[in-house]
Amino acid sequence: MSTTEIDRQWTTRLRKRVAGKLPPEKLLPDTQPVYVSSWIYVFGVTTLAALVVVILTGCVLAIEGPQWWHSSNVGHFVNSTHLWSVEIFFFAMIVHLWGKYFMGAWRGGRTLTWMTGCVTFFASILAGFTGYVSQTNFDSQWIATQAKDGINATGGGSFFNVLNLGQMLMWHIVILPIAAIALTVMHVLLVRIKGVVPPYEEDREIAR
Amino acid sequence: MSKKAFRPDVDAPEWRGGYSPYDIIKEGTIAIVVVGLLTILLSTFFGSPDERAITVKAWSNADPVDFALTAVSELNGTSTTAGYGAPYNTASEGVKLGPVSLGKFMGVTIPIDTVKDFIVNPLKSWPNQPTLTQALSTFTSASASTQTGWVGSYTKASSKLSFANGHVVVNATNAGPVTLMIDDLTQMAQSGALDQALVAGAGFYTTNYTKPLMFLADSGYFANLADKQHLTSSQWGMMNETGQYPGQAWLWLYTFWYQIPPFTTSSNADILVFAVMAILSVGLFLLPLIPGLRAIPRKSKVYRLIWREHYKNLS
Repeated sequence: MSTTEIDRQWTTRLRKRVAGKLPPEKLLPDTQPVYVSSWIYVFGVTTLAALVVVILTGCVLAIEGPQWWHSSNVGHFVNSTHLWSVEIFFFAMIVHLWGKYFMGAWRGGRTLTWMTGCVTFFASILAGFTGYVSQTNFDSQWIATQAKDGINATGGGSFFNVLNLGQMLMWHIVILPIAAIALTVMHVLLVRIKGVVPPYEEDREIAR
Repeated sequence: MSKKAFRPDVDAPEWRGGYSPYDIIKEGTIAIVVVGLLTILLSTFFGSPDERAITVKAWSNADPVDFALTAVSELNGTSTTAGYGAPYNTASEGVKLGPVSLGKFMGVTIPIDTVKDFIVNPLKSWPNQPTLTQALSTFTSASASTQTGWVGSYTKASSKLSFANGHVVVNATNAGPVTLMIDDLTQMAQSGALDQALVAGAGFYTTNYTKPLMFLADSGYFANLADKQHLTSSQWGMMNETGQYPGQAWLWLYTFWYQIPPFTTSSNADILVFAVMAILSVGLFLLPLIPGLRAIPRKSKVYRLIWREHYKNLS
């Protein structure tokens, strides 16, 4: 096989492209610009950490099935950890979002990083919602019967039936976690490729 | 070649300053441990709410009059489900965005016939009830106008409906088999058999609770329970959960619109609120491309708090 032929392979081209965009020192950096020095930066990594805890606690709940936590003290505690990690996740994510807004974090070719963050936020809201209607208790009964009106009004209720426990549970534990994780990975890789947005250059602004 | 002008809300300066050590793996590990511990702490102190799901059995025993009246509304077509429209039936146009009903456009994909699905078919599934079987046969074989006449007579008398000695008491004349049907449905519900009958339509296995939930949602009993748990629409609705818990606090903006005019009075509030939130969500998504909105962070100078060390070192 000639060198040219190897260079044309999909695998070779993908590897070269990935290595060019994201060399190891960018993927796992050991230094960062000195301006990355504020408590606001903590909320990005806190969101990621909370997502890990949400997924782990959700996996433990999944082992025994959706109704285990009603009849077991251990199950109820695991459900509590799932709930509170979700609360931490959203709290950190929203502070992170506002922080990034006030940093103008889309500047310097980072628009896609902002957009993937937004879509992750929307997917997470849907993931949280499907979790609430899959609890198999009074909350899920009430939330589902109320939410159906909003979703039916958009026409979405014709295929996304919030009163169908099986469908909602599948969205909650399969489709939306895969979406949220994939989007998060994309978001984090974009952050690593583009780096953390630098501060506004006030002198330059004045010079204009 | 002309040099492109620097756009402060779009472009970012190239960083030519210093770098400091950064252990990304250590940071991530510490974050997971701290969040994990905080989660355990919050779970230990606050737990999580778990109010048992209500059943048709519980509802019909707690408030048999409300149950019987709800059943009557399913028969005479005045219940919320009976008059809902898409995706359940064609009884109404549904909510509209301008001239368009998106629900109606998508069609009836989850058909519910309240007379058949909530009353007749469950009663048919109740075994060893010869009188009921005869009454159902009389009802289903009668003409539509006769059925309407019976149901109308019963509805008229149901304003004084009561429950005593295990039976629905109503002084209805010319109501045909409807009197027995409502009474037997109430007894069936109180026995617990109706819960199963409402979900068993799909066969042995089911995970779809659309019908029993729609039936429950038509009752006054269900809404009263929700009201006591501060869960109704005017109480910031579905973002709350039972007990003193934060619930889906991130839905505050969505729920907020339901608290103010014109959404509080509009019959199309559901689609209007959704439309507002869709516009705001698209706005958030496209924010980097919207002049004015993307300039607010620079003009507000909040960034000076975030990067205060950086600007202090510059001055």
